[in-house]
Amino acid sequence: MQMPEPDRQVIAARDDLIGALRAIVPGEGVIADSDELSAYETDGLTAYKMRPMVVVLPETTGQVADILKLCADRRVKVVPRGAGTGLSGGALPLADGVTLGLGKFNQILEIDYDNRCAVVQPGVTNLAISQAVDQDGYYYAPDPSSQIACSIGGNVAENSGGVHCLKYGVTTNNILGIEMVTMDGEVLRLGGRHLDAEGYDLLGIMTGSEGLLGVITEITVRILTKPETARALLIGFPSVEAGGACVAGVIEAGIIPGGMEMMDKAAIHAAEDFCHAGYPLDVESLLIVELDGPQVEVDGLIETVSEIAKSCGAISVRVSESDEERQRFWLGRKAAFPAVGRISPDYYCMDGTIPRKRLPDILKAMSELSKKYDLRVANVFHAGDGNLHPLILYDANNPGELEKTEEFGAEILKLCVEMGGVLSGEHGIGVEKRDLMGAMFNEIDLNQQQRVKCAFDPEGLLNPGKVFPELHRCAELGKMHVHHGKLPFPDLPRF
Amino acid sequence: MSTQFRPTEDTQVCDVVAWALSDGTPLEIVGHGTKSGIGRTVNLSATLETGDLTGITYYEPSELALTARAGTPLADIEAKLAENQQQLAFEPPDLGPLFGAPAGQATIGGIVGCNLSGPRRVKAGAARDHFLGVNAVSGRGELFKSGGRVVKNVSGYDLCKVLAGSYGTLAVLTDVTLKVLPAPEKTRTVLAFGLDDAAAVRAMGEAARSTLEPSALAHMPKPVATGSDVSYVAQADASVTAIRVEGTEQSVLYRCERLRELLGALASVEELHGHNSATLWRGIGNVGPFVARPDRPVWRLSVPPSAASAIVNEIDGVCEADWYYDWAGGLIWLAVDPGTEDGGASIVRGALAHAGQGGHATLVRGDAELRARVPVFQPQSAPLAALSARLKAQFDPQGVLNPGRMVTEGR
Ligand SMILES: Cc1cc2nc3c(=O)[nH]c(=O)nc-3n(C[C@H](O)[C@H](O)[C@H](O)COP(=O)(O)OP(=O)(O)OC[C@H]3O[C@@H](n4cnc5c(N)ncnc54)[C@H](O)[C@@H]3O)c2cc1C
Repeated sequence: MQMPEPDRQVIAARDDLIGALRAIVPGEGVIADSDELSAYETDGLTAYKMRPMVVVLPETTGQVADILKLCADRRVKVVPRGAGTGLSGGALPLADGVTLGLGKFNQILEIDYDNRCAVVQPGVTNLAISQAVDQDGYYYAPDPSSQIACSIGGNVAENSGGVHCLKYGVTTNNILGIEMVTMDGEVLRLGGRHLDAEGYDLLGIMTGSEGLLGVITEITVRILTKPETARALLIGFPSVEAGGACVAGVIEAGIIPGGMEMMDKAAIHAAEDFCHAGYPLDVESLLIVELDGPQVEVDGLIETVSEIAKSCGAISVRVSESDEERQRFWLGRKAAFPAVGRISPDYYCMDGTIPRKRLPDILKAMSELSKKYDLRVANVFHAGDGNLHPLILYDANNPGELEKTEEFGAEILKLCVEMGGVLSGEHGIGVEKRDLMGAMFNEIDLNQQQRVKCAFDPEGLLNPGKVFPELHRCAELGKMHVHHGKLPFPDLPRF
Repeated sequence: MSTQFRPTEDTQVCDVVAWALSDGTPLEIVGHGTKSGIGRTVNLSATLETGDLTGITYYEPSELALTARAGTPLADIEAKLAENQQQLAFEPPDLGPLFGAPAGQATIGGIVGCNLSGPRRVKAGAARDHFLGVNAVSGRGELFKSGGRVVKNVSGYDLCKVLAGSYGTLAVLTDVTLKVLPAPEKTRTVLAFGLDDAAAVRAMGEAARSTLEPSALAHMPKPVATGSDVSYVAQADASVTAIRVEGTEQSVLYRCERLRELLGALASVEELHGHNSATLWRGIGNVGPFVARPDRPVWRLSVPPSAASAIVNEIDGVCEADWYYDWAGGLIWLAVDPGTEDGGASIVRGALAHAGQGGHATLVRGDAELRARVPVFQPQSAPLAALSARLKAQFDPQGVLNPGRMVTEGR
């Protein structure tokens, strides 16, 4: 992976920069010691490592603004970092860059039930928000599997999803406002406790911008009332096709479940060995369908989904009769990544999205690729919204195997795009999928996206080397070739 | 003399913008022009109409997604979805009649371009939340795409979000892909009579926070309720608070009962079924109460619900106005007397500022002279306005797309 050439002058001036940073963030907030820096070398995409030049951990928005201003003045690159659980290398440090960690922004500032929202700092973990409002009967809906660790700021930057996003939306649908700081140190407030933007929806574009447009320093999230009840079905199928047909059948019946997750045989076995959730082992695919809402509604829908499942050839259907049982159904799914981690020295988690009905096609293609590359794959998916997480099993100690794995992964993602889907459903492009962007977008598309970057960060100092395969200077992107002359199509309908 | 272009192909849209660039003639961008009345007055000599870019080009009910050319009438899309018991969950309103245009003329590009959402916005999200993918022509005359046909997507910046609600000032939308959802099997609306504004907003808040999952919550003070198309509402001789539940039959009957209990503790209640319920919410979404008396400036305020009734109270104290609340109090529609100084801008925005809880006020209807004189959209802080201007320049460097529609400095 080619990263921007480190700037020797910046590295040479490191000590001076550290001094200036210490003047802004006193005490332990500036980390310059080589051993301590190594804790920040990587994020959840551990195949890539780089020691940051320096790490700074501010505690106030004012400090963030001062740090960014300082770095902008000295033309030093900055990499924002939340909890470092990202799976696409978005928080991968730069050798000549400052890693700006938001871990000390860990306060829940206000819970406002009247307006059904909470104001939190970006370093608060996703789960902590739900826990803070739990006793009053509320929760924050997007629930990534990493929710005990990942930060809400990282969630906004990655537009993260979770199993409940099918019904309740991803991050972008569940936040009302942010405070952010631009690379030149300007503090902006977007949105608030009201709905919709008063001008351009900058909040919408910040969400999922992977730390390239600004540093998020406060977030107003929507909180929802917990449903009256939730029940789940655990359904086993003799084939992946049958499972896929059931997913389509449920949607076609006009049902949007709270969650609809699928696992293939390899993932079922790994999960069952790991946490003994009681999954059937004689099935090729397993579906967990959760229905939530008023009891009468849930009971009715459970019936309907059972019938759809049977008509699709389900060979085992279990319905949760208690909340403990429902949670046991989820146990294996939620622990699927670590479970797979146990059966292989390493695994590589992919994240493409496809139109639901192509599920059997992509699985078939993957099993062929698995033979071609001689690498095993286990599959878990957010089946309801077509978001796949193939886990490719490999051993990094075998020379060349990581490269082979990455090639395999890239082929899967290109197939997703060919089938009408996209490169990333929720983990982001980062460095990982950066060079695949051309499979989805042409040069004009990518240039227009980079021009958005130019509006926020014209010098390209914030998290460079991520998302875009080629970096262009803003001046170059701004050029226009206007052809003076007549309308090329004189017969164009005019009135 | 004015020139009107009605392209039928994407390449022609590019050509028209290229012409505008070379000729130095900015373009007014419209669908069918039903909402030309929103935004600052732009007097441009050339118009690009997307009304001939029509047709649904992709619709897979089981994928919950639909792609249409930008000029496709909303009515065609809704009819197609209804064949499969599906709908656009953000409940797009038809604002044509508010501006004196016939009903049923809106194009999907216009709806998305103005980010217009109806009563269900409070539960299901806005147009922008259902806007999955786009093809558009920038002010550079280049056709670009963003997003896709799937809901889960973090592949590059989400340009759909800034294009929604950009009023044609960033790019000309040519194709839009929208998330679609199942239409509810059953709908019921519970009415509560005689609550004052503050009590009604509290009651709506309580219902919104309950497990009853209401899909719309509105309050009409007596003068507005009296003009309703639904006789139960019009003849109540009192203010009317309306809360809707939707879903499967059993669920709706149960929740309707619970809602009656909740509201029954505060006021006398009634319920609306099928046709009456649909008529009521259509009127609320389409700003039906203010269609008559087109001389009155109409404001749309988005506020934190807890601040709503105090803001209205302040406005009511100093000018002649009618109003009603949607989105559980988060949306206020307000019509002021035509004689009000600057169309009520200082009063309305002053009240917002005094409440100090954020939010924004848009002058949705006003005569051309008024819209040229007062900021139609809520003025932004200097750094935010500067960033928005930089963004505009990155999409439309020479300001050929609807310049001045949103703010005076060319956006
Ligand atoms: C086991 C496991 C399971 C996971 N499951 C899911 C899942 O179900 N769904 C899902 O969507 N993701 C999942 N992830 C991915 C990851 O947890 C999410 O992307 C998460 O949102 C990242 O948050 P973070 O705080 O760790 O961010 P980091 O990894 O620190 O950063 C991620 C990106 O955000 C930027 N960033 C972080 N904070 C800020 C800020 N305050 N301002 C500006 N930019 C910022 C960084 O520059 C970087 O580009 C999983 C990861 C793991 C390891």
